[in-house]
Amino acid sequence: MRLRKYLVPLALLVASLGAHAKGTGYVFVSSEKDHVVTVFEPGSLKKVKEIQTSERPRAMKFSADHSKLYVACGDDDAIDVIDVASLTVEKSIAIGDDPDRFDISPDGKYLYASNEDEGLLTIYDLGADEVVAEIEVGEEPEGVLVSPDNQRVYVTSEVANIVHVVDASSRELVANIVVGNRPRRFALTPDQKQLWVTNEVGGTVTIIDPASNQVVGEIEFKPKGFRAEDVTPVGMVMTRDGATAYVTLGGANHFAVVDVPTREVKQYVLVGKRAWGVALSPDERTLYVTNGKSDDMSVIDTGSLKVVRSVPAGRVPHDVVVDN
Amino acid sequence: MRWFKTVAAALVLWIPAAAWAAGNGNLNLVLLEWDDDPRYRERAVEARFPAQPWGRPYAGAAVAVKEARFAMSAAGTKLELERRAVTSADQAGQLFRERYGQGVRIFLLDLPAVMVAGIAALSDQQPALLFNVSALDDALRQEQCHKNLFHTAPSRSMLTDALAQYLVFKKWRDLLVLKGSQQGDAEYYRAFQRSAKRYGLKVEAEKDFVLGRDPRQRSQNNVALLTAGEDYEVVYVVDSQGEFARDVPYQVQKPRPVVGAAGLVADWWHWAWERHGAPQVNKRFLKRENRPMTGYDWSAWMAVKVITEAVLRTRSSELSELRDYIRGGEITLDGVKGYPLNFRSWNNQLRQPVFLTTGNWVVAQAPLEGFLHQSNNLDTLGFDQRENRCKL
Repeated sequence: MRLRKYLVPLALLVASLGAHAKGTGYVFVSSEKDHVVTVFEPGSLKKVKEIQTSERPRAMKFSADHSKLYVACGDDDAIDVIDVASLTVEKSIAIGDDPDRFDISPDGKYLYASNEDEGLLTIYDLGADEVVAEIEVGEEPEGVLVSPDNQRVYVTSEVANIVHVVDASSRELVANIVVGNRPRRFALTPDQKQLWVTNEVGGTVTIIDPASNQVVGEIEFKPKGFRAEDVTPVGMVMTRDGATAYVTLGGANHFAVVDVPTREVKQYVLVGKRAWGVALSPDERTLYVTNGKSDDMSVIDTGSLKVVRSVPAGRVPHDVVVDN
Repeated sequence: MRWFKTVAAALVLWIPAAAWAAGNGNLNLVLLEWDDDPRYRERAVEARFPAQPWGRPYAGAAVAVKEARFAMSAAGTKLELERRAVTSADQAGQLFRERYGQGVRIFLLDLPAVMVAGIAALSDQQPALLFNVSALDDALRQEQCHKNLFHTAPSRSMLTDALAQYLVFKKWRDLLVLKGSQQGDAEYYRAFQRSAKRYGLKVEAEKDFVLGRDPRQRSQNNVALLTAGEDYEVVYVVDSQGEFARDVPYQVQKPRPVVGAAGLVADWWHWAWERHGAPQVNKRFLKRENRPMTGYDWSAWMAVKVITEAVLRTRSSELSELRDYIRGGEITLDGVKGYPLNFRSWNNQLRQPVFLTTGNWVVAQAPLEGFLHQSNNLDTLGFDQRENRCKL
């Protein structure tokens, strides 16, 4: 009996020490309908853990040091904070109605979340643990991105077909950029000279010059055998060298490989049904794509652009992020 | 106040578009509705018959006007929606002429087909944009079509085609048809016949029903007796109003599914639709109106979305330019039903998916898988170009 008393804490200690190790490369997948973040081991793709979260986990984002993983849980009006070392939910932040996408300021002080139902951008002070501002934006705000210089916050409105530009210090809307239909998510080129936005219903990516807030380009996607209405771009990730972007095409069940300098689509790769979430492994050799309508995740070798595995990933897998 | 501040801040960045017909930079829309419209009688609305209005669709338009504020601000204008009730077709015409004379060019018509056609005829010599948001009558898309008249409500045939696709998909082809004798039932029945022929449904038997409990008419008012004899796979109820139909499921004599005006019902919106951003639209509507959103509300909402999109993309106040853009293939409309939507150039009907619904769920979405069309699968629903009898 006495032995067990010591063994349990010891086991916990060992477990937590193990998880603390850097470079786990763990892959985290949120799934909307079973309220779980599933943690996969890279390579083997074994399930390390299913973390129960608040209801309807969708967007995920690591803190700068990767010690915490924030998960927006729309149906519980909360953002759960997962301790990455122990893989447990350590707390839940009340962030207003139906938080959707969000971003964290580069200094780690503020979390900016779009409230899908209310048409608000909510600013949450992570230090003081409170909502400090709400900014009215167009209905169904979705993608949020804070510029690396901490000056601007970009948020899309799916209904208004607009990218709102918010001044981070004054917290005022300073520009509204008209983009394609149902703008969803952002990617900023590493040189910060282009802001890419996926347009789900428009079937395109709009490219914005953040210096002038002007639209400077558009990318169309035409995978073979699909009609325009099936092509619904949502997720996006770019390589660190700014050479390649991977754009998931939703209902077309493909992702596109885009050469960033020329803006040309190099290839379309077939994955599962309704491909949305997308993330790269730390070495950028593996791409993960979550498929919301086939309840799985495709694992792609970026060298050969072949799908090497496809693993079950909860009910309606939404977002995917990778620890480094 | 916060809203005002943000919009004001945003406004300074844009160059206003050319002066709008209505002056003051605002774009005025007028919604016409008929006081005595039988579709909105209190008893009918409260009964919540499937695919029937559960309230006046004005509310849908109002939700869309609010949604449009940022986009319209980006185009240098603002939508002003005015709601006007009329007591007769004559008064509707008068009001149309009066507001037209005052510069209004865009009208939302929540009126029965005959009044819709009347207003369209009045606009013959003048450029106008008229949106039919609630009349399903096929004739408005065929012989009675008009160049100024756009339909965001589906035609009856689009609904009957959607249901026919589902029956074919399930291989439930042998039908017992129960049909009513109201004026609307005849229209509904013609649409059913067209769809049955188009998709190869087989009518095993057809019976006229009557509402009531008169024992002398029991062969026509008693569901068990109506459904007892023949062999069939499905009971198809043609009831434009819904009161008879609601009693058919479970009163049916044989264990057979009921479709049409009860059971599995073709509808063009549903409060339980949970994809493509629909829950958010439904929530906004529910919050405003305290009732679920219906297809009629969706059509009024959509009409304002069409106007918003056309103004945003053309940056024009020229009516002909707006109309060309709306009718052209380039427009991409987000109807929150999963397809980019646009209008059929041959009859100004909005292409749209149709849902196959039960009381609390969307069972399927038409066009169903496997129903293909050479140019746009949405054209498997309703009058395709080769069936067109509309001359614009």
